[in-house]
Formats: sequence, C-alpha cells, structure tokens
Amino acid sequence: MTKTTIPVHLDINGRDHDLQLEPRVTLLDALRDRLGLTGTKKGCDHGQCGACTVHIDGERVLACLTLAAQVEGRTVTTIEGLAREGEMHPVQAAFLEQDAFQCGYCTPGQIMSAVACIREGHAGSDEEIREYMAGNLCRCGAYPHIVAAVRQAALEAAS
Amino acid sequence: MRDFSYVRANSLDAARQAAALPGAMLLAGGTTLIDLAKCGVAEPETLVDIAHLKGLDRIEVNERGATIGALARMSHVADHADIKSRFPAVSEALWQAASAQIRNMATIGGNLMQRTRCPYFRDPANFPACNKRQPGSGCSAIGGVTRGHAVLGISDACIAMYPGDLAVALVAFDAIVHLGERHIPVDDFFLLPGTTPDREHAIEPGEMITGIEIPGSASARRSTYLKIRDRQSYEFAAASAAVGIEFEPDGRTIRDLRVALGGVATKPWRARAVENALKGKVLEPDTVRAASLLAVEGSVDHGANHYKVELAPRVVARAIRKLGETA
Repeated sequence: MTKTTIPVHLDINGRDHDLQLEPRVTLLDALRDRLGLTGTKKGCDHGQCGACTVHIDGERVLACLTLAAQVEGRTVTTIEGLAREGEMHPVQAAFLEQDAFQCGYCTPGQIMSAVACIREGHAGSDEEIREYMAGNLCRCGAYPHIVAAVRQAALEAAS
Repeated sequence: MRDFSYVRANSLDAARQAAALPGAMLLAGGTTLIDLAKCGVAEPETLVDIAHLKGLDRIEVNERGATIGALARMSHVADHADIKSRFPAVSEALWQAASAQIRNMATIGGNLMQRTRCPYFRDPANFPACNKRQPGSGCSAIGGVTRGHAVLGISDACIAMYPGDLAVALVAFDAIVHLGERHIPVDDFFLLPGTTPDREHAIEPGEMITGIEIPGSASARRSTYLKIRDRQSYEFAAASAAVGIEFEPDGRTIRDLRVALGGVATKPWRARAVENALKGKVLEPDTVRAASLLAVEGSVDHGANHYKVELAPRVVARAIRKLGETA
C-alpha cells in the first residue's frame, strides 16, 4: 500500500511549520521526530502518564492522543516555548528552586501541566494541586517537591 | 497504528454521511479512539474529524434543566457554575474522571461512546478471544484475572465493566441522549452485553450524538458523586455512586431518591430497588444500610471481583448519608 500523506500546517511556539504527514502521525511524533522539539517527552504513549503534555489554544492536553492533523488552525505551546527572552518561566524557576525532579523525564510535562493548573485556578491548596496534577506521573516520586513548586509559583502569580 | 485517511467535516450532515461509510469513524477529542487505534482494537479506514463543527459545544442551564452539546468538553461542563449548583453530581463525576489534560480534550458525546477498560479487550495481540471485539470468538476474561470486571448485568459472553463516571450521574437523573431528531433515555442508550456484547449503544449507522438533556429536579440539585478507587485520583472506579435526594418539608423523610452505580456493572446501573425501599422512609443509618444492600441484587462475581459486591452498597450508603448530613 502506498503511503498517503497530507499537508499539515502547524503553529508551534509562535512559528509556522508546513509538514507533509501520514494522517496517523500524532502531534507528539511530529514535534519530536519532524521538528526536533524533543522537550515534549514520550512516556506511555497511551494518555496515562502526562509526559507529553502541551498547550493547545492555551489549554493543557496530551500530544500522544492528538493527531497532528487535528491541530491545524490551532496554536501549540511546548516546553520550548515557555521561556521569554532568555528568562525562565516562573514555573520553571520554581521547579529549579524547589528541586522538583529527580531524573527529569516527566518534568517538561509536569511544568506544562502546572502552568495550566495555575492559570485554571486549580492550585488553591496542596490538596487541589495534587488532584489537578494527578495526570502527570513521576516514577521517581518527587511529588512533595512538585507540589511545593506549584504552590510557590501559584503564590507568585497571585501576588 | 494502522494508517487511515483523515477528513474534516464541515457540517453536521456531511459528518453523518461520511461516518456512515464502511470503515469510517467519527473523531472528536480522540482520547478513546486514538488510544484504541494504537492498541490495534480500533482499525478505522477513515476518521471524520467533527471537533471543529460550530454550535455543538453549548452548555445551557435553566429552570427546566440542562442541555449540553455533544462537543462540549468535560472540563468546561465540570467547571460550569450552573452545572455545579443545579447538578453537583454531574460536575463531581466529571472532575473525578480521567485527568485535567484528558478532560480538556474529551467531549461529552465521546464520553458516552468510551469503551471498556477490560485488559483482554484492549490487547488483541495476546488475547484473540473477545466477543466484544470479535463476536463469537469467546471471552478471555471469564476464567482470567477479573478484579476489574463487572458483577452486575453480565452475560456468558462478556463481563467487561462500563468504566465511565458521567453516564452514571446521567442515568440517575433520567438524562436524554439527542441523536439529532431522535431522543432516547440514556438508560436505553447503553445496552446490556447479552449475546451481542459488540453492540454497546443504541445508535444506528448514520446517527451521531448531538447533545444531552438533563431534566432539572430537587434531587439533582441535592446530589453527589462518590467514587472509590485503588488510588485517590486519575483512576477508574472500584465502585462509585451517583445519588440525589429530596426530603419532605420535615427535612428527614425521603420524598425522592436517585441512585446509580459505576465501576461494578456492564453499563451505567440505576439502582431502583434502593430508591423504592427508601422513598417515604425517614433517613436513619440502619435503614439506609439495609436498603443499600439491594444495590447489588442479582450480582454474580468471578472471585477476584467479589469485593465489589461488598463495596458498592457501602458506597451507596455513605453517599446517601453524606447528602442527609448536608440538610
């Protein structure tokens, strides 16, 4: 069977990309394998771990369960698009300050999820942070520090 | 994942026509479908993307009830102020389901169409026998590891559990599924496995869920969704209950009660026996405990899932007592 590809236009971190993709290619694979944006991680590839969390039109979603073709006409932000003019995003800074990781593999997803969690207004207490960050697994078990980082960034954002 | 062709529907009619063709499937949030395509369970030839259709994501709530468009996303419905105040069980069922990321992707129509999490169903490479996937091939779960399987509504052909939360709240409050012009009660939308477990919904080729309607009621306003699971969040229910209650003016006698179960049955499970046993009664712990046992009337377990027979009535009783305490 000859492989059919379709043109897909993607807006990633404010840059336009024109790709020719098989329809089955996920946003995650397009980011990593076609655009070299390897900050977004592939963990389970089934929507169970959150390592591939990115923002589409400002909302956190899973890149592994999103087809690249579905994203045409929408704006995508990845971990590479968070920093501004060389300055870390406050959530990135809080993760560093609180030592909120061990191996670091889940960290881009954790940070993308945390940025959205705070923006949604779901970071009001440790309990709420735990509930609304539950879609991001950390096999190293750095959860207490992750909660501390999200709490710190949420307080900073509120002040 | 097998390759497929991808088309974007530009109208409701175009979507229905395209999806009626052999091998075509509708794609909305994709959280079930893309996952199952990767598992080799779903093998669409064409995906018809409906996520961009206009006007199908509205959430309207008034005195009569709520109307929710099929493309409204789980997170938006869960956080909607009027859903939270008039249908707390619906909001709670939604925010306790899946993860924040998935709730941002998944639509209400897609939520109703989600498939079972039965590990045998999800693994065709290792378990070819599955009557739900391949009618007549047998059931790998019966005689297998059954800790997560149903104890209510099962058949000799299938014991796969219905995994969702939202629909449990919907059956409790007599919601209606809109398939365009055709409207059917959500309880009739979900089918028992019987001898045809491959057929899960009363939806015909060429039909598409366009929305749901939930009638307003005093019991819906005073309702809750209690979900017990192996880990505290981002997990399917071991047993759950959607419960709504309306008291007589004395504040103790039960005028109306709605009870539905999740995590224990092959479809969202309305527990009318519990409702009927308690209507007209004064809410007392012993009465509630005894009546809640009726929730699992007719249950059949497969050993490893026997705990659900014990757990479900306790979840029901705790949810009813919780609503009584908030008088």
